[in-house]
Formats: sequence, structure tokens, C-alpha cells
Amino acid sequence: MVELIVFIVAGAFSLIGALGVVTARNPVHAALFMVMTLFSVAVLFLAQDAQFLAAVQVIVYAGAIVVLFLFVIMLLGVDQSEDLSIEPIVGQRSLAALVGLGIAIMAIVFVQADITGERSVTAPKLDSITTQVDQPAVTLPDDQIVGTENNSNIAQLGRVVFTDYIFAFEITALLLTIAVVGAVVLARGRDDELLQPMPERASFWNEDLHGNGDAVDANPADADPADTGANA
Amino acid sequence: MDVTSTWYLVLAALIFAIGAYGLLIRRNPLVMFMCVELMLNSVNLTFVTFGRELRDLGGEVSVFFVLVVAAAEVVIGLALVVAITRRRPDATIDDISVLKG
Repeated sequence: MVELIVFIVAGAFSLIGALGVVTARNPVHAALFMVMTLFSVAVLFLAQDAQFLAAVQVIVYAGAIVVLFLFVIMLLGVDQSEDLSIEPIVGQRSLAALVGLGIAIMAIVFVQADITGERSVTAPKLDSITTQVDQPAVTLPDDQIVGTENNSNIAQLGRVVFTDYIFAFEITALLLTIAVVGAVVLARGRDDELLQPMPERASFWNEDLHGNGDAVDANPADADPADTGANA
Repeated sequence: MDVTSTWYLVLAALIFAIGAYGLLIRRNPLVMFMCVELMLNSVNLTFVTFGRELRDLGGEVSVFFVLVVAAAEVVIGLALVVAITRRRPDATIDDISVLKG
């Protein structure tokens, strides 16, 4: 009963968040709707005894990735709200809706195939899979997948990652290093911009960050003519 | 009424479809990236569901690696968006068609 309530609430919030991402005009709102979906998926992970992944989902996705999105939105300007009422390519929306509905219907039919008498992917008997595969990589008895104190989900996952999947784990370290180098190279800009003297490049930031410079002098100078013009 | 794995899979399919729809209709590249993240998340949900269904931790390990790849993808994608926006300040995703030469 508890799991039912958790599923309905988290599932409803994840769907609302997903729809919000698609329909929000302001990208900041879309990012916040995405946080909602990510949290709901983390709750669904918890409901399925994947505690470690739920924590990682909140920390990495809702923490790091969404903050990165928000940084870039702020960097590029938050006023880039998109007018959703116009449709630049005729028929794009309806075709996209058709594709989306097709994906949803195909996936649901595939999952629910046992209604029509076909074998479903979630059918209880899995002999066709287990006979083809000699030995699954990591097979756990029923009482161990949930986990006890000595054999929790995190301990099992850590053991598996650092033994069976150690090579893939090392490759991900390499992948992240390459991603960092690529991000620096892409976001750095052209070389001739970098060779310019520092104050000219930084003048945009100086006005706000160090307000004791020209910016303070400029503001009263701007304000005074406006006042006198209004008075006159 | 038990919550079976089918429920989770149907929910994941719906989130995936919404993400695909958003990816097709939106023009802001940032929002398109968010839709890709939605699709990745729904696939993660199916991985965890199948991992529980089949009593196999490989599903959760897959989610772990998907998370890493998603993080790397977002970093590179956002760097590309910043680089393009710096060169053409009001570019939408349609303007990327100049790349076809």
C-alpha cells in the first residue's frame, strides 16, 4: 500500500515535471521542472531498493547538472524565452506528437504484451533468457538483493563496480577527463581574444563587480541630465 | 494492489515519449538538452526496474555508467552552446543548418 502511494505521487510529479520541461517558455522554469522530475525519479529508485543510485541521482543530476544548466542560461541571458505560439516549420508539432505517441504506444504495448497472449518482457518465467545465458554476470539470491546491514545495496554495488566492471570504471575516468579538456577548449574562445590586454576584456565585468571605478562616476552623470531634462 | 514492474516501465515509456516530443518541437538548445536528460532518466528507470525484476545488479551498474556519460555529454554540449552563442548571439537550433556547407 505504501509503495502504491509512493509510486502514484512520484509518478505524477515526474510526469508533471516532464510536461513542464517541454511546455515552459522560460528555460529557467524548464530547468526547475527538470529538478522536479529528477527528484521524483530518485524517489522511484528508492522505492526499488536502489539507494545508492537515488543519492547519486540527487547529487549529480539535481545538484551538478542542473546547476550547470542554470549557469549557462544565466551566462547566455535569461531573457531568451521562446515564443511557443508560432510554429516555424509547418506540421512539425503534429509530426512530433505523432512520433512521441508512437514511441509511447510501442513501448507500452511491448511491456504489456502479455495482455494479448504474447510473452511480455516482465513475464514471470524467464527461462528463454536464462537458458541462453550461461551465467549472468551478477546473480543474487532473493534475500540479498534487498540487502541487510552487512550486505547493503551500496556494498554490493561497490563490490561489483570494482571487480566485474573495473575496466569500464577506469574508462569512465578517462571519459570525464576528456570531457573536461574538451569543455575548456570549446568554451575558451579564440586565441586573439585572449591576447588582448586584460582590462579591456574585463571591462564588462568591472562595472558590476568593482563598482568603485568608472561605473560609479557614470551613473550620476547619466542620472543628472535625465533629471534636469525632466525638470525643464 | 501491488505495484508491479510493468507500472514502472509504462511510466518510463511515458517520460521517454514526452522527452522525445520536447526534443522535436523545442528550438532552444538548452531546453533540447533538458529533454535529452529526461529521456536518459526514463531509461535509467527501466534499467533499475529490470535490475530488480531479474535480480541482477548489472542494471544498477548500467545506470551508474549512464550517469557518468550523461554528465560528460552535458558538459560538452553546453560548451558547444556557449561557443556557438558567442559567435552568433541570437542563434537558434535552426541556424546550425549553416554547418551543412
